[in-house]
Amino acid sequence: MASFIAQSSEYLPILLKGLWLTIAVTVLALCLSTVPGLTWALLRTSGVPALATPTRIFVELVRGIPILVILFYIYFVMPEIGLDLTAFQAGVIGLALTYSCYIGETFRAGIEAVDRGQIEAAKSIGMKRPLMMRRVILPQAFRIVLPPYANNLVMLLKDSSQVSVISVAELTMQGKMLASSTFNNTTIFTLVALLYLCLTIPLNLLMRQLELKLGKAR
Amino acid sequence: MIRFENVHKSFGQHEVLKGIDAEIGKGEVVCLIGPSGSGKSTLLRCVNGLETYQKGRITVGDTVVDAAGRSIHDIRTRVSMVFQRFNLFPNRTALENVMEGPLFVLGERRAEVRARAEALLTRVGLAAKIDAYPNSLSGGQQQRVAIARALAMRPEAILFDEPTSALDPEMVGEVLQVMRSLAEEHMTMLVVTHEIHFAREVADSVLFLDGGTIVERGPAKEVLRHPKHERTQDFLRRVTHPV
Ligand SMILES: Nc1ncnc2c1ncn2[C@@H]1O[C@H](COP(=O)(O)OP(=O)(O)OP(=O)(O)O)[C@@H](O)[C@H]1O
Ligand SMILES: [Mg+2]
Repeated sequence: MASFIAQSSEYLPILLKGLWLTIAVTVLALCLSTVPGLTWALLRTSGVPALATPTRIFVELVRGIPILVILFYIYFVMPEIGLDLTAFQAGVIGLALTYSCYIGETFRAGIEAVDRGQIEAAKSIGMKRPLMMRRVILPQAFRIVLPPYANNLVMLLKDSSQVSVISVAELTMQGKMLASSTFNNTTIFTLVALLYLCLTIPLNLLMRQLELKLGKAR
Repeated sequence: MIRFENVHKSFGQHEVLKGIDAEIGKGEVVCLIGPSGSGKSTLLRCVNGLETYQKGRITVGDTVVDAAGRSIHDIRTRVSMVFQRFNLFPNRTALENVMEGPLFVLGERRAEVRARAEALLTRVGLAAKIDAYPNSLSGGQQQRVAIARALAMRPEAILFDEPTSALDPEMVGEVLQVMRSLAEEHMTMLVVTHEIHFAREVADSVLFLDGGTIVERGPAKEVLRHPKHERTQDFLRRVTHPV
């Protein structure tokens, strides 16, 4: 235990650098996936087949491909068609692309979960679809969607470790490099796991809290 | 004001309305009665395009109702609807519920709309509940807010689909009272209801719908006191003397 603490103080500064990158990748990917995710959801629930069908196919395709493969594709294949990206950029884009589809499905489920009576009430006072979306459906879908959206965030945080395969030096990657140079696998990967938990546990607690609060507000 | 001409409506193979002819004149109160599944809600919902119909014609004033057309939004601002389950917006206060349509659909000025909404809520006896959210109101109070919301559009007519059916018995009266006062002011109303007493007192005429056709019609007192048709007699016996 004493040696664990002594070694930790040696490794932590390096791992913390990785942690910051993990947070940066996660936050950027979240920002870049939320608006597209909402867009996919709106297109899919638009009731216009010309918009809904292509979106559905796109979302299903992306959801059917492992994140690793998407990351490889963006990092290694895109340069061949002239789009050079840094590993960091490719990682953020790959995660954002994938998660826009997950988040899109979450939003779609939320929109579809709004009571039909609400839609009829909105229609019956003459609301057209965009106004109804903005004033009636989205505010209610938002409440329904908050807990699963927070869950997506936790998943995204964990999945951000996948960008290590294209050599983004986030937390998992830093851990792996440290471990292979010091052979101190136990201490290092324990620290890595603990650092992830330092982020995911508060997020999960926050999510639980939100669920309770929203549950009461109904 | 509202006219049905040979209206047919099917859900897939299932024909629900089989040629409805009827007219609701301006200022008239017409009650639509009939057994469960006879097509009452469907008929009502065709008027403001919540359902489509396949054959015949429904007109509101001079406008033909076409649920897929552009004019449907205009119809809906002219003909309000009150639902069995109230369908208030749960994330908005009573006042905001009432203001929603005039403010965002009709684009009227906020100060004016607010004054009108407050007056309407006062009129339905809810002056004290202006800032209450729907989940803190009783069923009867919610339905009165819903009626105020319908009135806020200054509609030419209001459709009611069993407005008291989801209420506890002790709250039915307060909602019927509001509807009665609307009738006294000659609001045009088409009301689906099982409240036979209300229909007898308030309605100008009654339509008895069974199996997708209007089996009997006439002045409310006549149809409800001395029904001619056997099916009407049966139905009225069952709703007034439930076993
Ligand atoms: N969306 C729908 N899809 C398929 N069938 C439907 C739909 N809505 C109603 N129906 C059917 O149409 C018929 C008439 O329904 P409607 O709701 O108009 O009856 P109602 O007279 O209002 O009955 P209730 O007194 O129970 O409200 C019923 O047989 C019902 O099952
Ligand atoms: Mg009905």
